Amino acid sequence: MNWADWLDLVKHLLAYSVASIGGPLGLVSELHRYLVTQEHWLTDSQFNASVVLAQAAPGPNVLFVALLGWNIGMNAGGYLYAPGVALLSLVGILLPSCSMMFFATKWISRNQDLRAVKAFKQGMSPTVIAMLIASGWLLATANASTLGDWRLWVTTGVAAVLVIDGRVNMFWLLAIGGGLGALGIIS
Amino acid sequence: MNQVPHPVPESLSDLFFSFTRLALQGFGGVLAFMERMLVEKKQWMTRDEFVQEWAVARTMPGPPAMNLSIMVGAKYFGWRGSVFAAAGMLAAPSITIVVLGLVYAQFGDQPQVNQALRAMGAVAAGFIMATGIKLLTALQKNPLGIRVCAGLALAGFITIAWLHLHSILVLAVLGLVGTSLAYSKIKT
Repeated sequence: MNWADWLDLVKHLLAYSVASIGGPLGLVSELHRYLVTQEHWLTDSQFNASVVLAQAAPGPNVLFVALLGWNIGMNAGGYLYAPGVALLSLVGILLPSCSMMFFATKWISRNQDLRAVKAFKQGMSPTVIAMLIASGWLLATANASTLGDWRLWVTTGVAAVLVIDGRVNMFWLLAIGGGLGALGIIS
Repeated sequence: MNQVPHPVPESLSDLFFSFTRLALQGFGGVLAFMERMLVEKKQWMTRDEFVQEWAVARTMPGPPAMNLSIMVGAKYFGWRGSVFAAAGMLAAPSITIVVLGLVYAQFGDQPQVNQALRAMGAVAAGFIMATGIKLLTALQKNPLGIRVCAGLALAGFITIAWLHLHSILVLAVLGLVGTSLAYSKIKT
């Protein structure tokens, strides 16, 4: 990869950032088209492993873009390039949206008593909460699509009830779930 | 507006490490852990405030969890707060994910690894739905009224979870309906 390629990568990520309502997971197919199909900077399996891993790993899901960058760097120049390209990719996908969010926050806090601002926050609330529950539903069904996976459904249900109850530490629930899964008891 | 006094982050490092801590726990998405920390443990905001900030964070471009961290940081320490909160969300987890990537390359073909990941995915899905259900309780104070809120929420869930419509389309249409109705109900 030459300088023009790196510049092209950054320009694409900056543009994707501005368009990433709901987060960059919505851009997965577009990123795949650009990075794998068009430019061949990543293999198909590298791309898919990055997406799967980032969803399983701790931290915000946007980190899959850092992992994509890491793999692009590995392909282009090994360990010397990988950390830099990972950082470059993460900054590229986040800087525009985070800056916009910061200025939006400033504007909203100056205008918090405007009728339109109040109406927006209150009017959007039911929809965004529903979307959150729906994303949990989609995550549950992505793993467990048949009745044979009933143990995974029970796991999801038990986890949900315990979180609503609120007394159990969520990190330990994940660890126990992972342990039971590895032993083949759940999945 | 009656302002209830609640705890605030003590310093930039408090902000940074609080977000680091929650991000490192947040397998399969950090939002459930953000709600637990911001609303229940640290009590930096009420559930009602959390829902309203989330509405903005989810509507703006960018990862909603990152957007929320920027809002929280800016509220207490201006742009420095945003930088420290966002850095807390990213610094330790990005190193972790690279290490996990190297581990996964070694052991990813073991069946136990995939079984564990599926099980953790199922747990994380439960966390997300539970968080959404908890947030629904904040809608009791919404000026739209409980019936309109229930209608919008049900429509949002069905169109995305069952009909698989594009989430930006659902956000735009239902959001516009909700915002217009709220605008007509709020007195200035």
